[in-house]
Amino acid sequence: MSNWIPLWLHKLGSPPTFYRFAGALQPWAMTLALLLGAVALYGGLVLAPADYQQGDAYRIIFIHVPSAWMSMFIYAVMGVAGFIALVWRIKLAEVVAMESAPIGAAFTFITLVTGSLWGKPMWGTWWTWDARLTSELVLLFLFLGVIGLYHAFEDRRQGARAAAFLAIIGIINVPIVHFSVNWWNTLHQGSTVNVFGQSKMSWDMLWPLLTMTLATKFYYAASLFRRVRTDLLALEGGKDWVRRIAEDEVDR
Amino acid sequence: MSHPSLATACSAMLRRDLTLAWRRRGDIAMPVLYALIVTMLFPFALGPEDTLLQRIAGGVVLVTVLLAMLLALDAMFASDIEDGSLEQLVLAPQPLALMLGMKILAHWITTALPLIVIAPLMAAMLHLPGAVIPVLLLALLLATPLLSLLGAVLVALTAGTRRSGMLLALMLLPLCVPAVIFAAGAVAAAQQGLPWLAPVSWLGAALVLAVVLAPLACAAALRIALDA
Amino acid sequence: MTAANPAVPLLEARALSFHRQDEPVFAPLDFELCAGELALIEGDNGSGKTTLLRMLAGLLHLSAGELYWRGEPLQRDDCAGEILFLGHQLGLKADLSPRENLRIAAGLHGCRDGASVASALNAIGLRGYEDEPVRRLSAGQKKRAALARLLLLPASLWLLDEPYANLDRIGIALVNDLLETHTAAGGAALVTSHGTVSFHGGEPRHIRMHA
Repeated sequence: MSNWIPLWLHKLGSPPTFYRFAGALQPWAMTLALLLGAVALYGGLVLAPADYQQGDAYRIIFIHVPSAWMSMFIYAVMGVAGFIALVWRIKLAEVVAMESAPIGAAFTFITLVTGSLWGKPMWGTWWTWDARLTSELVLLFLFLGVIGLYHAFEDRRQGARAAAFLAIIGIINVPIVHFSVNWWNTLHQGSTVNVFGQSKMSWDMLWPLLTMTLATKFYYAASLFRRVRTDLLALEGGKDWVRRIAEDEVDR
Repeated sequence: MSHPSLATACSAMLRRDLTLAWRRRGDIAMPVLYALIVTMLFPFALGPEDTLLQRIAGGVVLVTVLLAMLLALDAMFASDIEDGSLEQLVLAPQPLALMLGMKILAHWITTALPLIVIAPLMAAMLHLPGAVIPVLLLALLLATPLLSLLGAVLVALTAGTRRSGMLLALMLLPLCVPAVIFAAGAVAAAQQGLPWLAPVSWLGAALVLAVVLAPLACAAALRIALDA
Repeated sequence: MTAANPAVPLLEARALSFHRQDEPVFAPLDFELCAGELALIEGDNGSGKTTLLRMLAGLLHLSAGELYWRGEPLQRDDCAGEILFLGHQLGLKADLSPRENLRIAAGLHGCRDGASVASALNAIGLRGYEDEPVRRLSAGQKKRAALARLLLLPASLWLLDEPYANLDRIGIALVNDLLETHTAAGGAALVTSHGTVSFHGGEPRHIRMHA
């Protein structure tokens, strides 16, 4: 069998290696996130023209759409990391999957709140039961379920494996929910941003949106690195490399 | 040394769980009573207008059945874990997924089937037209096993934790949305005189998928839950 | 009673260890167990005796080390049904009678040649209690009902966690007899116990566990 995959993953996933790697990258990722976020907000809120139909209200998409993409992206990361954790029992993968969940839940929550803020002027209601909104709500529940299950276990590694399993079930579930709600009822406007094909959005609006997408990616990376580092220290508390870090901290 | 045949093992498993349920038949009545009480509360809360009750009847019956099943779900593996019989089952030289499939079947027979039997009564309490009741029963016959199967996977996942029913509800909700949508959709379509075959077929397709996959997932989840 | 050491041990462990929360539960263990052998696992409370048995049974995932079954790396499919585990929890349904409990066990694991539910219950000293719900039996009788599985089910390796607990003197002698017949017939057993065991069939092997 292909033994190189677990070997390679084990090497990369060695906690001390990742701890140093994440520690070095984390400030850079955070700086980039803040910088790009500021630029994107300026571009989106000041430079971009008002929409001829929606006026200034549309500007919430510069938060809403990147958050929505991130919520799905983070779920995918969680699912893949969870799969690796279950198949090869790699501790780092467990930690990455479990520490992604709260960040993903936060982005999902932001998506839902901004979506309903946007919905009020657009459709005259805070909430409508269309496929995308409902799928996003289901996604939030999946994130919360994963977090809840993780914390329900005494043994954190066992909890991580169980929650990773739930995350994978969720990956199968989300498209089914989307399809079923779509079948049930659709009010939402069609998708307007298509990165690969002809975009219906003007460039003035598109670049802040894409910049913000990048900013959220970097924010996720920075936040994840920070959380994973803390978690690794807690999980590996008895190991030599953690002791050395603790001694260095005391010396300082 | 020869292991007993699959059929022997399956029937032993099924008979075991049905016997156990029969010895505690009072427990079987609880979800049924719960469902009847919840259904009774709706007319009090919404007023006894026929048209309103008729419109919501299908959905109310489905959601009530779902909640009643959720109530009984927690117990699916609890006692088996407590007394160690689950360990014995995992170690038996039989395909665990199939044995769990039998457990799920027994659970469905003892909790969902009584609910389906009283569903016409619940529907009548809410004045659902008699012509729609067969569609409601068909939808329930397809949706309840689906819920039992999905629920079993989640109960297996929580098997290693301190008992927590709320967590189970939080986890089950996203999974049961499609089942509720299609089952209620079929009833609503039948009520409006529209074709109801499509949602029922989707339910059937989902059920076939779940029958194949859920026991496997359940077995994997239980192995995780016992591994500590 | 220890049979002449056949070339291949039934079960062999190399540098076996189990980690809980990344802490090793016991120091790495090496041992082998041949057909016809009995091994006593000794250790203080919390030294990981139960954990070891659960790991050997296949309930727990090995954290490190290797297990060999009849000389081959252990695959759970190869030894399914060959290992019988009796834990702290007896695996009996309280609402069913000993007879019903054993019937289910036989349905899942199969029967030893020539053994029957009735004869197993007789031999274990539960005559007259066959149809009483397990709930109403005393602790020692429950233990006996669980031990009846040893007589009924076909298995070459027994993993017994505290088989003497709750048993009276006759019961203890009964367990010793069971172990003796089992090893004489070419079976093997791993037994944990912190009480002293008077085993007639020669000196058992000792596996000492350290936390």
